[in-house]
Amino acid sequence: MPTYLRITALVLWLSLLGWWAAAGMNTGWTKTSVSTMETDPITGIEYPVWKKQFVPGVDLVAAGTGCAAALVTLSFLPLRKRNPNHKNQ
Amino acid sequence: MKNTIILLATATALATTATADEISFDLKDPKGVNNIVFKLDAPLESINGTANGISGTIEIDPAQPEEIEGKIVVDTKSLIVPNSLMQEHMLGADWLDAEKHPQISFEVKEVLNPVKNGNEGTADVKGIFTLKGISKEITVPAKVTYLPGRLADRSNGKMQGDLLVIRTNFQINRSDFGIKAGENLDKVSETIDISLSIAGSAPKS
Repeated sequence: MPTYLRITALVLWLSLLGWWAAAGMNTGWTKTSVSTMETDPITGIEYPVWKKQFVPGVDLVAAGTGCAAALVTLSFLPLRKRNPNHKNQ
Repeated sequence: MKNTIILLATATALATTATADEISFDLKDPKGVNNIVFKLDAPLESINGTANGISGTIEIDPAQPEEIEGKIVVDTKSLIVPNSLMQEHMLGADWLDAEKHPQISFEVKEVLNPVKNGNEGTADVKGIFTLKGISKEITVPAKVTYLPGRLADRSNGKMQGDLLVIRTNFQINRSDFGIKAGENLDKVSETIDISLSIAGSAPKS
């Protein structure tokens, strides 16, 4: 059981890091929309164009790391073993 | 009596000539290009946002740009930041209170140090900046570009007229406008950097 918890924690943490890295390693807070700048050819004005996009930030990485750490901690807690006498009753 | 009539007629003619060259530019841009970019750089959080709900008018005589008049109005609810929860907080009662203060504005009062170079000009523009119901006099550096006859290019030939492009960068302190003075400084900086880029159009019939 402890091994499963540790493996789950590692998979969770690595998946989260991979997702964060693949999304551009945003060092700010999580974004729910992003903007790109375009230029109006007549006036030369640069203007933002927004689109809905989820970009994980360091807050999400911190929360995921916390969850993984909690699972690892849980894996070190002494778990009560099932009484084998109860098995066939 | 005859002289008085001639004098009045001359004065009226002169007054008409003086205002004839003044052009009124509408800042409501159907293309949605006009925008404001604002940046707040606090130790724990950097916030970059924009606004595009811009309206108002600017009246200017291109030959005498120092005579500029007008008001730029921004719809508070058009302010956008990249996080929806952050946006909800920003527009809420604790911060900008967009329901109670739906507009942010800048009204031009005076033009200082104008420098004209062809169809471009720079100046320090003194005006009244109003945010969250509090008005303060501020002076901002502005660059103005007059584009005569370019409205047709922008409207695919549907409208004839002129364009006026205004750009400015300036800073304000949020505490000056009653926005949680002295609070949350680790996440929301006291200084707000503002960049405004707008084009006004003056259709000719």
